[in-house]
Amino acid sequence: MDGLIFDIAHLFAGGLVLVSFMLLYQDRLYALLNIFALHAFVLALSVAWQALVQAAPHLYVTAAIALGFKAIVIPVALHRIIQRLGIHRQVETVVGMGPTMLAGMGLVALSMVVMLRVTPEADPLAREDLAFALSVVLLGLLMMVTRRNAVSQVIGFMSLENGLILAATGAKGMPLVVEISVAFSVLIAFIVIGIFLFRIRERFDTVDIGALDDFRGERK
Amino acid sequence: MSLAALDAVTLVLLLPIAAAALLAVLPGYRFSARLNVGASLLTLFAALSLFVSERPPVGQFLFVDDLNIVFIVLNTFVGFTTSVFSASYIGHELETGRLTPAHLRFYHAMYQVMMFGMNLALVSNNIGLMWVAVELATLTTVLMVGIYRTHEALEAAWKYFILGSVGIALALFGTILVYMAARPAIGEGLDAMIWTVLIEHVAAFDPALLNLAFVFLLLGYGTKVGLAPLHAWLPDAHAEGPTPISAVLSGLLLNVALYAVLRFKMLLAQSPDAIAPGPLMISMGLTSLIFAGFMLYRRRDIKRMFAYSSIEHMGIITFAFGMGGPLANFAGLLHMVMHSLTKSAIFYAVGHIAQIKGTQKIAEIRGLTETHPWLGWGLVIGVVAIAGLPPLGIFMSEFLLVSSTFARQPLLAIPLVFGLLVAFGALLLRLSSIAFGEPKGSAAPAEASYVPMYAHLALVLGAGLYLPPPLVVWFQHVARVLG
Repeated sequence: MDGLIFDIAHLFAGGLVLVSFMLLYQDRLYALLNIFALHAFVLALSVAWQALVQAAPHLYVTAAIALGFKAIVIPVALHRIIQRLGIHRQVETVVGMGPTMLAGMGLVALSMVVMLRVTPEADPLAREDLAFALSVVLLGLLMMVTRRNAVSQVIGFMSLENGLILAATGAKGMPLVVEISVAFSVLIAFIVIGIFLFRIRERFDTVDIGALDDFRGERK
Repeated sequence: MSLAALDAVTLVLLLPIAAAALLAVLPGYRFSARLNVGASLLTLFAALSLFVSERPPVGQFLFVDDLNIVFIVLNTFVGFTTSVFSASYIGHELETGRLTPAHLRFYHAMYQVMMFGMNLALVSNNIGLMWVAVELATLTTVLMVGIYRTHEALEAAWKYFILGSVGIALALFGTILVYMAARPAIGEGLDAMIWTVLIEHVAAFDPALLNLAFVFLLLGYGTKVGLAPLHAWLPDAHAEGPTPISAVLSGLLLNVALYAVLRFKMLLAQSPDAIAPGPLMISMGLTSLIFAGFMLYRRRDIKRMFAYSSIEHMGIITFAFGMGGPLANFAGLLHMVMHSLTKSAIFYAVGHIAQIKGTQKIAEIRGLTETHPWLGWGLVIGVVAIAGLPPLGIFMSEFLLVSSTFARQPLLAIPLVFGLLVAFGALLLRLSSIAFGEPKGSAAPAEASYVPMYAHLALVLGAGLYLPPPLVVWFQHVARVLG
């Protein structure tokens, strides 16, 4: 039975890493949103499984937040924003898809090496969960660096937060304080981002961060 | 008696949040500005009463010890003086139309929410709560940096937000790792996140996990301290936001982030098998110091220049705490206090100067001591202080740091002194053109409040000439606590 518990947790956490890779190579905003919804959905499954295994009912709340808020509300809202702004064209990336995927693989390998080597004594479930979580975090960071479009940077940030929640729920018995706070910070972050998107739109008629780059920080 | 002390801690948190709620609904900027000042003053009194009242029992979420009391008092003091400065600053912004009354209501409410966030981070005993509080303070400053809604302000806020969220992520991951390391020794649940419990049991933690956690925490909170190479948000955020926010960013928020790093450094220092946190902090500190020193030469924007100077000084302070030991820690603490006071005083002066001249370009500001003697000489004293000249307070802390470094690690003292001299040259070079020479730009009289600026400068001068023995004893004690 233990083997099965472990395998299922592994499946979900590994699935999350896989979906993170799928996020990396999406080149259309709508597709990116759909994959992000999938990302949040896999996270919800993973968290719910942890809640069941650890007999920690409060984790169901986190799972519900992941499902309701991140897999449904946010993608729908972003969908509307994209529609209203009329920016459903191709996503510009700074680096090509090939190098990005290679870098992503390198990051996953790095996090496996680092986490598995330093945690030989921790219980295997937690330690592999943590290794996967670090991979998701790093892939989210990678996505934030390789995208120029504000919406895809936001999605990169949220996938990164998903990785953090995976880590927090994998750490057995971690107090609820943190989970609520994580959910909260996502909420706040989203409000902030929403305001920014509209402000950027209002001023420049684009949400391409590249358009802001001509300001180099020095006024001559 | 303990109830009264508990009240003081609660008040430090409750006053800002109550004021924020009031300010969010009250119209009229004049009254709001006064209410902001009043609330900040009351918070300062509450913080000061922590000194005299008995300490509350260590709680699961909040606690007061010798270390954080210094930070709280400094935080509330600069928060108060900045609110006074802000009251004389924002009227002008309203007249020139850069801000609307609705913006100001938002601004005042956010100011108090930010004070709440910083105070909460300082008194929290729970590493999760501390993380939440630092994030709250950061997010409010992101909103305030973007308040002018100009092209530059938006880019600055966006950059700050993106880099800040990277910091958020890394710090939270580090926090989770600390919990993972603590769980086998302490058991599941809340206890494994309480700092005072952690430090008692830290010897039994898995050192490898703890090492990894510290790296993440140093990078995560280090982003907010503005340590190179994670500093990129800092100059933009300082230059494009309202000047009172630049003053609290430099003077307070960087300290709060550093405080978080220090708490975890203390944990690691107690663990026999974990890596020494010192060398990591020393190398990041030195990198920031030398990098910022050189960057100072190429600045054309006055607020941006002083932002780089903040990176430089945070580098020095991180270096001092990284060196550790009673003397270097003492120097680090003193330097932190002096830097907060001096840098915010400089920003008070710069804020009014930029308003009068209508520009932040260094080339457009000349001969200030002739046209605006009060502002000009205030800026001169501030820059002389921040450059580390005697007899002002920063000279003393830098002297202490350099001499203790020479005594223990002479090789490290060479880059330290080099960095200090590079920055020194840049600051004096710029100062001579700003303060002296043929006046340039508008000579309109300033409607400024000089009290906060000169109060800070007087304190810095006083500390340079004579440190009262009780203060020295207190700082020495805290320096020993820091290890």
